[in-house]
Amino acid sequence: MVERRPLFDAIAHLTLVLGVVIVALPIWIVLVTSTQRMEDVLSAPIPMWFGDRAIENYTAVLGVGVQGSRTGPVAQMMLNSLIMALAIAIGKIVISLLSAFAIVYFRFPGRMLAFWTIFLTLMLPVEVRILPTFEVVANLGLLNSYLGLTVPLIASATATFLFRQFFLTVPEEFTEAARVDGAGPLRFFWWILLPLSKTNIAALFVILFIYGWNQYLWPLLITTEERYQTIVMTMQRLVEATDAAPEFHLVAAVAMLAMLPPVLVVVLMQRWFVKGLTETEK
Amino acid sequence: MHKRVTFRERWLAYVLLAPQLAITLVFFIWPASQALWQSVLQQDPFGLSTRFVGLENFARLFADPLYLNAVRVTLVFSVSVAASGIALALLLAVMADHVLKGAAVYKTLLIWPYAVAPAIAGLLWFFMFHPTIGILAWLLRRGGIVWNHELDGGQAMLLVIIAATWKQISYNFLFFLAGLQAIPRSLIEAAAIDGASPAQRFWKIVFPLLSPTTFFLVVVNVVYVFFDTFGIVHAVTEGGPGQDTTILVYKVFKDGFIALDLGGSAAQSVILLAIVILLTVVQFRFIERRVQYA
Repeated sequence: MVERRPLFDAIAHLTLVLGVVIVALPIWIVLVTSTQRMEDVLSAPIPMWFGDRAIENYTAVLGVGVQGSRTGPVAQMMLNSLIMALAIAIGKIVISLLSAFAIVYFRFPGRMLAFWTIFLTLMLPVEVRILPTFEVVANLGLLNSYLGLTVPLIASATATFLFRQFFLTVPEEFTEAARVDGAGPLRFFWWILLPLSKTNIAALFVILFIYGWNQYLWPLLITTEERYQTIVMTMQRLVEATDAAPEFHLVAAVAMLAMLPPVLVVVLMQRWFVKGLTETEK
Repeated sequence: MHKRVTFRERWLAYVLLAPQLAITLVFFIWPASQALWQSVLQQDPFGLSTRFVGLENFARLFADPLYLNAVRVTLVFSVSVAASGIALALLLAVMADHVLKGAAVYKTLLIWPYAVAPAIAGLLWFFMFHPTIGILAWLLRRGGIVWNHELDGGQAMLLVIIAATWKQISYNFLFFLAGLQAIPRSLIEAAAIDGASPAQRFWKIVFPLLSPTTFFLVVVNVVYVFFDTFGIVHAVTEGGPGQDTTILVYKVFKDGFIALDLGGSAAQSVILLAIVILLTVVQFRFIERRVQYA
């Protein structure tokens, strides 16, 4: 080990503590604000410790919403976000597993073409094809529906690549043994490949759940009805609503609820999260 | 690239690929080709007729001061966010790699902003800097600085830069920490025995060895700023005041959905498309190189 310098150790800890404080400060402020009454928030400086209105504020936004924000009750929006996040995460994993299996374990005409078509999607984020994609969804009658919220986002080049890379490392002996035992491709996929992919699936699930929950532009484009709104897409309306009525305590409560599920997933599944992040991006 | 032992059921391969390919064709390839096609068309103001105009939409864009302004804003925004996000994350990662006790705790406490959506990150910093209730705006006011990002373009820009950087630090931090932990201890120890000071060890050994990670992060951060920060800009500043925080992606959205300028919006999409392709190619070239070096 290199020499220890107590002074440098102290500086290191200090820097890290400072970093943690800066990272946490905005969340702390919003968390504390969400437990105040309106008058206390508006008298500067803003309170730095909890108020006594947590239950009232959270019940109000969950059941009714924030007035003047053109959004419905938060409970409904969170449910929509959950449906969207789960459908996108599970959908992406399923269709990517299937296509990676086809590409790695079969030889057929058009294999490379399929591979490159999937690869291309990496270069076409929603943001660069906003209008035409919206038109396609509108023509298919998928505006204001869960299908419209999820299906167009389910194709995934990165997940397909990840599974392809992983399948390539699975020893050939497994396939040979399966064939000797007379197992067909689907049986092999279900009983051998899928169990081997468990950790990869968990890692990918964490990343994709966050991706799905945090979608912003897409739900903004294709939902006009309250019953399909997701919670993250309402941030702009909340900011706007504070101009009309300064209900910062309620806006803060919505923001906390919008952050809670993905942050919980990251903290509770940290091991898989780090694995998923470093492996999908390389 | 595929197995020596493969299955013979060709039809099954097509069935397995069908869902992914169908979604890709309908929601990716087709709309992208539509954008390409619309970018060379122009509609009359009533949407009654369309005509082929070649590259006129592009020429119009590059002669448009508003578009050039958006290009400038995007450059300032992406350079600021990438540079400050990478520098701060590197500092924190080096410190976390140095401390023996509590490294895991620091890591847990630093990574979770990754889970916060850009639009929510924007809202959080909107709370911090709000002229009436913001704690930072209050502190600045006591220091004699009036903060109002709804009126001051520079302050609005600073606000979105801070929000975007705050969100991205955890991501950069994780990659730098992984990169640092992959550097063999023996190298650092050898340098220490040869009498290199900690600063020399960092700049002469650690930093060069981290350069692949840094380069990778530069590309990822630029992609992030170009596309994912839409939520921050849309939620907090709506591109304003004036056009001071109108980044390219926000302009595509505004011109297409609010101003309904189909040709112009499509031409902007095509330019963004070219930027993504360029960045993706750069990224993949880099990965190939890395594999050879390893």
